Amino acid sequence: MSRLQVVSGKGGTGKTTVAAALALALATEGKRALLVEVEGRQGIAQLFETEALPYEERKIAVAPGGGEVYALAIDAELALLDYLQMFYKLGGAGRALKKLGAIDFATTIAPGVRDVLLTGKACEAVRRKDKRGRFVYDYVVMDAPPTGRITRFLNVNDEVAGLAKVGPIHNQAQAVMRVLKSRETAVHLVTLLEEMPVQETVDGIAELRTARLPVGRVVVNMVRPQVLDATDLELVRETPRAELARSLSGAGLGGARRGGHAERLVDPLLAQAGEYAERHALEEEQRAALGELGLPTHELPLLAEGMDLAGLYELATELRKQGIA
Amino acid sequence: MSPDDPARHPEGARRLTPARVLDVDALLEDPHNRIVVCCGSGGVGKTTTAAALGLRAAERGRKVVVLTIDPARRLAQSMGIDSLDNTPRRVKGVDDAAGGELHAMMLDMKRTFDEIVESHADPERAAAILGNPFYQSLSAGFAGTQEYMAMEKLGQLRAKDEWDLIVVDTPPSRSALDFLDAPKRLGSFLDGKLIRVLLAPAKVGGRAGMKFLNVGMSMMTGVLGKVLGGQFLKDVQTFVAAMDSMFGGFRTRADATYKLLQASGTAFLVVAAPERDALREAAYFVERLAAEDMPLAGLVLNRVHGSGADRLSAERALAAAENLEDPRIVDQDGGKAGVRTSPGNSPDPHGSSGSADSVPDDAAPDTAPEAPDTSSEISSEVTPAEAPDAPERSVDALAAGLLRLHAERMHLLAREQRTRDRFTARHPEVAVTEVAALPGDVHDLAGLRDIGARLATGRPEPGA
Repeated sequence: MSRLQVVSGKGGTGKTTVAAALALALATEGKRALLVEVEGRQGIAQLFETEALPYEERKIAVAPGGGEVYALAIDAELALLDYLQMFYKLGGAGRALKKLGAIDFATTIAPGVRDVLLTGKACEAVRRKDKRGRFVYDYVVMDAPPTGRITRFLNVNDEVAGLAKVGPIHNQAQAVMRVLKSRETAVHLVTLLEEMPVQETVDGIAELRTARLPVGRVVVNMVRPQVLDATDLELVRETPRAELARSLSGAGLGGARRGGHAERLVDPLLAQAGEYAERHALEEEQRAALGELGLPTHELPLLAEGMDLAGLYELATELRKQGIA
Repeated sequence: MSPDDPARHPEGARRLTPARVLDVDALLEDPHNRIVVCCGSGGVGKTTTAAALGLRAAERGRKVVVLTIDPARRLAQSMGIDSLDNTPRRVKGVDDAAGGELHAMMLDMKRTFDEIVESHADPERAAAILGNPFYQSLSAGFAGTQEYMAMEKLGQLRAKDEWDLIVVDTPPSRSALDFLDAPKRLGSFLDGKLIRVLLAPAKVGGRAGMKFLNVGMSMMTGVLGKVLGGQFLKDVQTFVAAMDSMFGGFRTRADATYKLLQASGTAFLVVAAPERDALREAAYFVERLAAEDMPLAGLVLNRVHGSGADRLSAERALAAAENLEDPRIVDQDGGKAGVRTSPGNSPDPHGSSGSADSVPDDAAPDTAPEAPDTSSEISSEVTPAEAPDAPERSVDALAAGLLRLHAERMHLLAREQRTRDRFTARHPEVAVTEVAALPGDVHDLAGLRDIGARLATGRPEPGA
């Protein structure tokens, strides 16, 4: 099991949720996982229903069996000042650079520097050991940028080691790439059973593979329950409306005669079944497309009551059951 | 309780805050409106909305260009803009009876940046900039370049004055707000102290009065050189020196575009789906637009579900489904003691979905297998050819399935409504148009036309 688990996915697929559930699942049975946020959205804090996370590792949840989940929202600017301090003891000069806008420049504009810092901080957490030489975190789970940017984000080496040919940033970039391209890392993609997210997943995996970044698993999120099966859908086409009306009437929903309450339910209910059938067929197409990727694929259910903390634990349990953690 | 009291129906209470309905056609048809900006978080259907608005405006007689950032491949192909050439292309298949036209283009961010350089520098200098490694990374990679270039392109299109209406799709940013910040951020960098520091060795050296400052600056560039690596810093310096003459232009353009966005004639549409995260982003965006004096036209709420049978509550539907699946507790219309039988019934396909699970297996045998329920009024319509038993049972099972499906739909409806109400309670001033959810993605003009019609209706059709 890789110790750095990177979770990406198209916007709106719930990658933050999946990353958090994965961290909980990995921490189960007394392990310690660090959940890392890199986009400054405070999505983790919202999910765990706590106040905004500072740039500091803090315990955010207890996993079943005594495990612990820590969380960290990485701030690129503070991470850079950290590095300057670490490499150059640049306390005062760091502040002066900040005043000049150099820090802002380095973290928002200079291509790749920001991403080196973010991935660098995550890799540092992966490698960190305590006094007795054991890893501080058993797992680091990163809520990463979306699929469209993930390869570029992780592949900072090309960008930065090429631009900054010497110096600590260069060395840092190379050290990070060594972790990211090793078996220590797995990049998972979250998708929905819809055309665009699946297409992006397929494209994203091709890009990751080209860049020789280690592709992990596909997680299909928010899978709707199967309410009607193939037999039902066939029956929808074949059953006379009058019979359905009679059946609904028999269930106490009013008269089955034309204009009766039960009879008037038939059309809308059949329309909903028609939509269900159409969506079901599209979902099967997307499932097949994902199947062709030849990657371990997991499905997480759509939570009927919307996403909350209890739901997060439910998804974590589901992930464990499916053997992802 | 008056007969009109919405609380009569369990679902009648859903519309707690009747939001203003956004009149999309009025927005698109008003010749004063020249720019519509669609913004919102990722995955809410921004691009499709922008394309649908463009098509609808064109078919209502306006000459429209749609600027998209990152359209789905098949949608782009259907509009004929699958090649990334940064030039608006006329979309074929648009109904031009009203005299309108639809053009579309996909933003090529690097090409747009290159064009700015080429238009602001003499050919020799432009070549030096375009070949600089720092420029090459900046133009392709800087976190805000896409946002900046989208705004730049919008400014260019508007300046040409070839179109009645420009519809802009905004980049799929990690946060929709980057779109407002990025031009300023780039502008302030290009204008800032840091640039002067970077230029220091080249420019300030000669001036005696600047000597003290110069020492400080050399130290700074020294530090930057150490951190970034000397060659990189040199690339940046070369780039900055070459671009120096263009900075004024950059700044002016960013400011002009920003003002253009605030001008009357521009309308922002915030696009969202009735989901918690998307609407939270939408609320934040609405507040931010107000703070920046940007004209907000309204909220497009995509993927809203409705039901043609919304008077049948989820609870009643589930209870009825249980009746059909559990032969012992059937409600009988005619008061007959008839019991639905299920000898040889196939295993319950909905085993996981409800209380049917709790029926003990031995409950069925003591019911009368030869007495299929024919208690309802139209029993005589059953064709004699049908086996009396099995089809009856399947119809009930199907009806139960349809009712469970309906219950699920009603739960979804209620959840969407709650989410929506939270938004409208905070922002009652925002006009809303709702677009019914479609089972699949849109990839042709007919689909876009359909979305456009739904946008203009403002409420999802019943049954959709």
